Amino acid sequence: MNEHAPPADRSAGEEAMLAAALLAVDPHGLGGVWIEARRCAAVDQWLAAVQHLCSSLGPVRRVPLSIADSRLLGGLDLTGTLARGRPVAERGLLAEADGGVILISNVESARQLIVSAVCAALDTGHTVLERDGLNQIEDAHFGVIAINESGEACAPALRERIAILLHFDGAARLSSLEIDAAAVHRARAALPFVQVSPEIIEGLCTASFMLGAGSVRTEMLALRVARAAAALERRDDVSAADAALAVRLVIAPRATRLPSTEDEQQEQPEPPPPQDPQEDHDANSSEPIDQNELDEMLVAAALAALPPNVLEQLKHARNDGRRGAGTGRAGTKQKARLHGRRARSRRGDPRDGAPLDVLETIRAAAPWQKLRRLELLAAQGEAVQHGRPVEVRRQDFRVRTFKNYRETATIFAVDASGSSALHRLAEAKGAIELLLADCYSRRDHVALIAFRGKSAELVLPPTRSLARVKKALAALPGGGGTPLASAAHCAAALAEAARRKGQTPTVVFLTDGKANIDRNGVGSRERGEADALEAARAFKSTGLTALVIDTSPRPAPQSRRFAAEMDASYLPLPHANAHMLSEAVRAEVK
Amino acid sequence: MRYSFPFSAIVAQDQMKLALLVAAVDPSIGGVLVLGDRGTGKSTAVRALAALLPPMSVVDGCQFNADPAAPCSGGLNCEACAHRERAARSVSVPVVDLPLGATEDRVIGALNLERALVSGTKVFEAGLLARAHRGFLYIDEVNLLEDHLVDLLLDVAASGENVVERDGLSIRHPARFVLVGSGNPEEGELRPQLLDRFGLALDIETPQDLKTRVEIVRRRDAFERDAAAFVASWAEKEEETRQQIATARKHIAQIEVPDAALERASRLCMEAGSDGLRGELTLIRAARALASLERDPAVCDAHLRLMAPLVLRHRLRRNPLDDASSSARIDRALTDVFGSSGERHVI
Repeated sequence: MNEHAPPADRSAGEEAMLAAALLAVDPHGLGGVWIEARRCAAVDQWLAAVQHLCSSLGPVRRVPLSIADSRLLGGLDLTGTLARGRPVAERGLLAEADGGVILISNVESARQLIVSAVCAALDTGHTVLERDGLNQIEDAHFGVIAINESGEACAPALRERIAILLHFDGAARLSSLEIDAAAVHRARAALPFVQVSPEIIEGLCTASFMLGAGSVRTEMLALRVARAAAALERRDDVSAADAALAVRLVIAPRATRLPSTEDEQQEQPEPPPPQDPQEDHDANSSEPIDQNELDEMLVAAALAALPPNVLEQLKHARNDGRRGAGTGRAGTKQKARLHGRRARSRRGDPRDGAPLDVLETIRAAAPWQKLRRLELLAAQGEAVQHGRPVEVRRQDFRVRTFKNYRETATIFAVDASGSSALHRLAEAKGAIELLLADCYSRRDHVALIAFRGKSAELVLPPTRSLARVKKALAALPGGGGTPLASAAHCAAALAEAARRKGQTPTVVFLTDGKANIDRNGVGSRERGEADALEAARAFKSTGLTALVIDTSPRPAPQSRRFAAEMDASYLPLPHANAHMLSEAVRAEVK
Repeated sequence: MRYSFPFSAIVAQDQMKLALLVAAVDPSIGGVLVLGDRGTGKSTAVRALAALLPPMSVVDGCQFNADPAAPCSGGLNCEACAHRERAARSVSVPVVDLPLGATEDRVIGALNLERALVSGTKVFEAGLLARAHRGFLYIDEVNLLEDHLVDLLLDVAASGENVVERDGLSIRHPARFVLVGSGNPEEGELRPQLLDRFGLALDIETPQDLKTRVEIVRRRDAFERDAAAFVASWAEKEEETRQQIATARKHIAQIEVPDAALERASRLCMEAGSDGLRGELTLIRAARALASLERDPAVCDAHLRLMAPLVLRHRLRRNPLDDASSSARIDRALTDVFGSSGERHVI
């Protein structure tokens, strides 16, 4: 690696490799690396690089999604215990990974306990084992590589504790950066002695603050990345270039706003004095760093790292926003049902993640006791020293299943176009509020899509916070054309996403059906209606349940046709009162 | 040695620190609910507080955290407590985390697998609730907790006892702890019954002031570089706070609550429109704890004023779709009852 190249010369591919090296230098301090990508050659190449650089720390341990609690956190090794006749503990995977790195692929499908346990270990640096008669605290300092393949936001608690966020698109090419394992090893040794000046800390805080990059954790993680970068380059002091790298890797991906000029002026009341342009790039400068200049440089570094259509991206890149149209993941991966009320027990191996039902196991083993003792006697001869009171074999294991009430999600697609606004938007809003009361008692997730003008817009992603829905509804403006086709597509995509998460979605359209904007946002009555019907057919093929509430003053044939194509229930609003409305939705949801 | 970040070294977040101190002085207040963004130091503060409290005495080897002066009852078959010469051990106040994916077994306890399968005996193995007894139970993302766990916690919080009737076991053991919950209200709402169980509630947000953020990062960095030195530099302030809590706990029973204060508290709750009577009871308890902390002999208006927002914030919703934040109503009620904020009546 050319140590004197100014930072801006490094390509995205090189920075990704550098991230791998930084991870190897300080896995626990950084928290790890979060990757947004479909699994592809570039990701595999990157993982191989990490594997190589972390070779002295031990293998990168993969956390399988179906891992049992006791395997993850440690606990009683049942089979071993049964075999030996006394408790055999197994050390959990997290404790085994102490000092190294763990890998969670498909973090979007990871169940909550895995995420919580990993977050807790990242926070405290140890796992506490208090179960099955064992009571110990084990050191667990590790870094996490989390790969999110779904394109949607997930596991926000884990994402917040991980410093570096990388994004690989399909065509990424990784260069081979010449950092070898020996350099990483040296850096690890040098890390505790790296100094940081207060100006650097302030610069990082300013950059994070002005870009709205989240909580104070972001700055702290950025600081650790900067330290690791300095150690890697065998420097005792964190330089401005290291800070800029940290800003690009940690702060820029979390930006939620662009710094406004007023902000800048507030933070720097005196105009910055004219500076020598060479100072910025002199990585080894030992002259005192000017605060304002440093702040500016760091923010500029962040802005340079932001992708082109930044405003669009920032608008949709809120932590709870959808990013893609939910493409790709085929099939619903049913998460291991480990929560909810207990239901019956069935035969199975506790190692697959389901908890053992001891009573049933013992009951299953009971009838065989006499036979088994005879067997043992025959096999071992006269002396049966360690006769256990209950002879349990693998086929006796019974595991518990759980009955979980499936969560429901109700997606409202509200027509806020001019035709609707003129007549019934207020009434539609009122109708929705009544339905919200039902959603509250059902503990639904509620999402809000509004369509008017050129296209449909996701106003509120699925949330359980009904106060938020009400606020969003109240702020909904009206006017423009009716892009019904876009609304149907948008609602279908959102419902699919909800279904993948294991929820049961229902879509409720509130519209007068007078579509006059086609799929591409161009105004035309015939094409608008034709596209709307086509979208309805596509919706029908997904098999989602839907309800169309006709908000036109007189029931119009268009909305009836739309509902028919979609195979959805149809309810005209003029004839509906609150009671009928909630009954209709309730009937759909069941 | 594992060091905890010192309580006194936490930057800003004064409301949260006050609420935690008050809850620590009088656990019967019912715990603290902190609602707000991630990464605002909530769990750090809880751990710091627990580390600040004087160590407590437990029976050595007892899994129910029993006080040597009040050992486990016979029904629990606790070997450590049944032993004639049970030893006492000094431990720090426990802070138990309730992880988000916890199963019922881990929370309330279950049959000891090893003993059951290997020796065929039925022995109860304590869960998280037993380990939290006489300490703190910290629930992160409490608004995402599963319904059946919520039901469980409500029962235990109300009765102070954990009743286990499953797997052929029939056990009940004491489970009194300070419940501290945190969460982001944007992600989901807390059921009103669980909300009501929390004595105090407050909103917390990421500091928007640059200086504060810089100071937070600086202190945290110093702690991580050399925890021992950092803790030593704050040792004096920590000792002060520790003494303050210890004294407050000792004298709380002697704090006078004049009738006028009771009346004011009730009027306040009526004006604000809080549901039920828990609001008033908690307000009086909280005001008394605050008075004890500040070494005042009696509860006065100033204490009620300070505690009212913390106590009433989460008890005012009439209808599930109402906006949860009700500070305006509380302010109005305060002005009505106490006059404008400039006046201070000492009863």
